[in-house]
Amino acid sequence: MTPTEIRQIIRDFLLNELIRDESYPLKDDEGIISGGMMDSFALAELGVFVEEAFDVYIPDADLTVDKMDTLDLMVARVLQG
Amino acid sequence: MLTLETREKYATLRDAAVFANADPQQTAVVFYSGRDQQIEAIDRAAFSQAAFRWQQCLIDLGVQQGDFVGIAHGQRPETLYAFWGALLAGAIPSLLAPLTEKLDPHIYFSRLEKLVDFAGAACLLVSDDLVDPLKTRLACPILSIKSLDGLTANYPQPPLDPDATAFLQHSSGTTGLQKGVALTHTAVLNQLAALSTALNLQPDEVIVSWLPLYHDMGLIAGFLLPLIQGVPLILLDPFEWARRPVTLLQAISDWQGTRCWLPNFAYNHLARRVRQRELDTIDLSSMRQFINCSEPVRAASHDRFLQKFSAVGATPEMLSVSYAMAENTFAVTQTPRGDIPNRDVIDGQGLQQARLAIPVKRAHHQAVQHVSCGRPIDHTAVKIVNPQGKNLKERQVGEIWVQSNCMLSGYFQRPDLQPIKEGWYQTGDMGYLAGGEVYVIGRQNDLIINAGKNIYPQDIEAIVNEITGLHPGRNVVFGVDDAKEGTQLIAVVAEIAAGGEISPTTTAGLKKEIRQRVAHQSMITVTYTEIVPPKWLIKTSSGKIARGANREKWLREKGLSSP
Repeated sequence: MTPTEIRQIIRDFLLNELIRDESYPLKDDEGIISGGMMDSFALAELGVFVEEAFDVYIPDADLTVDKMDTLDLMVARVLQG
Repeated sequence: MLTLETREKYATLRDAAVFANADPQQTAVVFYSGRDQQIEAIDRAAFSQAAFRWQQCLIDLGVQQGDFVGIAHGQRPETLYAFWGALLAGAIPSLLAPLTEKLDPHIYFSRLEKLVDFAGAACLLVSDDLVDPLKTRLACPILSIKSLDGLTANYPQPPLDPDATAFLQHSSGTTGLQKGVALTHTAVLNQLAALSTALNLQPDEVIVSWLPLYHDMGLIAGFLLPLIQGVPLILLDPFEWARRPVTLLQAISDWQGTRCWLPNFAYNHLARRVRQRELDTIDLSSMRQFINCSEPVRAASHDRFLQKFSAVGATPEMLSVSYAMAENTFAVTQTPRGDIPNRDVIDGQGLQQARLAIPVKRAHHQAVQHVSCGRPIDHTAVKIVNPQGKNLKERQVGEIWVQSNCMLSGYFQRPDLQPIKEGWYQTGDMGYLAGGEVYVIGRQNDLIINAGKNIYPQDIEAIVNEITGLHPGRNVVFGVDDAKEGTQLIAVVAEIAAGGEISPTTTAGLKKEIRQRVAHQSMITVTYTEIVPPKWLIKTSSGKIARGANREKWLREKGLSSP
């Protein structure tokens, strides 16, 4: 899967399942959790989704606001494997 | 143990607390953050000493019996010690939500300032880092953990009045902070005795909780009950648990937990967000009851939980239900250990139209399921009344009224609010009785219950009102039932300011602003935001924004079915 495809899948998931607003123009470097768009519960959901969608292992230590706050950070973490 | 049989032996919470009297080396509380983190175990002797030091510190400061003491340390040992120390000193402690990363500190400080003024607080207890920013703002002394330096506990125990207020419970938000539920020692002891009897609580229990201590369920079930009964409490941080839900199950497995209180959404959170691979080292077979409490119970949430966790020891008999509220100290009802709560299958249309819960077969096209909350605990009575206050019959839907020997004595310093009328507390919850069991179906007013927290929509509306680009006073906040999350999610619908243009760019900016402001000022996450043109919102004949009608209109437009 290419980085662009990964980004699109995560973006769709965030907009449809967590932010629940398909039309929201989410920027790649926008602070999603720090900006109040989603909460810690959503972070746990994101962890489960990403592991299943991309067959990667994300330890809890990586599921923090600092490490997962933006789409850029999420994509980078998935690419890391 | 404190039960209905032993209740008369004790006059105050201090008399009843086992921890102070026997087996000083027994574990009182364990702070648990997951298997990869160090645990902090506190025995009864250490707990007592720390509480006595806080008591002494407060008395030295000049705190008098009946003085308000606010405690905002967060989910830490200090909160437990300080609460108990203040209670021993005869002061009136109240646990307050701590400052978190998301919250705007200025808003938080100003809220504390208002509370301190309103309550005439004798002092406020906060973490060390908040002393400086607060001391110039607040009219009362600010204490931190450092205030205890060099103190030893040698004060005699002052007499406590059983009918004096033991502590306050505040719910969240601006509105909640102005309604401190005042509870006497007598009321709390009556509640703990009746609840422990209803639970058939045993000396070998282990209570596991992630609930915030400033929440009534966290304070009573996740702190005072284990402390008074002398059974260990395994306590987790709510924010950590939200991020890593498996830690609750690890705590149960590692400490052979027996009881755990959870709001309904937590069953969904655990079932959906604990990974399959994490279950290898989980064993829930020690559990006697998970107790679903604090928001309407959904059968589907229990089903989902069992589907995921029956392989690691969860059984249908473990999933019990309680209907509770701070105004009754805590529990109103409790289903018995070993029983699977009844599911009442009724005609949804009959419920809406005739206000009657008519039993139908599961296959009926309008069938809806309601989970029983069980019978009232001893010395608590429940009745269902119509808007004129007339008693309704079995299966007729009306407002739930409660009467007990563990009700609040009033709202702190709010003589204008008289919560008890002719001996009954009018809950604002709607429900019905069937076979002596209570079924709760929703709220009479607009209160939103999101993830177990009571949220007053007017508090969020006030925040949205301040946003430039929106029409002041023309926004509405309401709850939207969500099956996936097992709770109500929050929606904000706001009219654009006069002359404003609704375009993708302007609405995106405003939507973001709404979410950010609400998160920073209230710790509440808004799920749905909608910017609508002028005059979209429906007003009542008296000119107020009609929450219910606007909710229906929005749900219709979004194509979301109204439950």
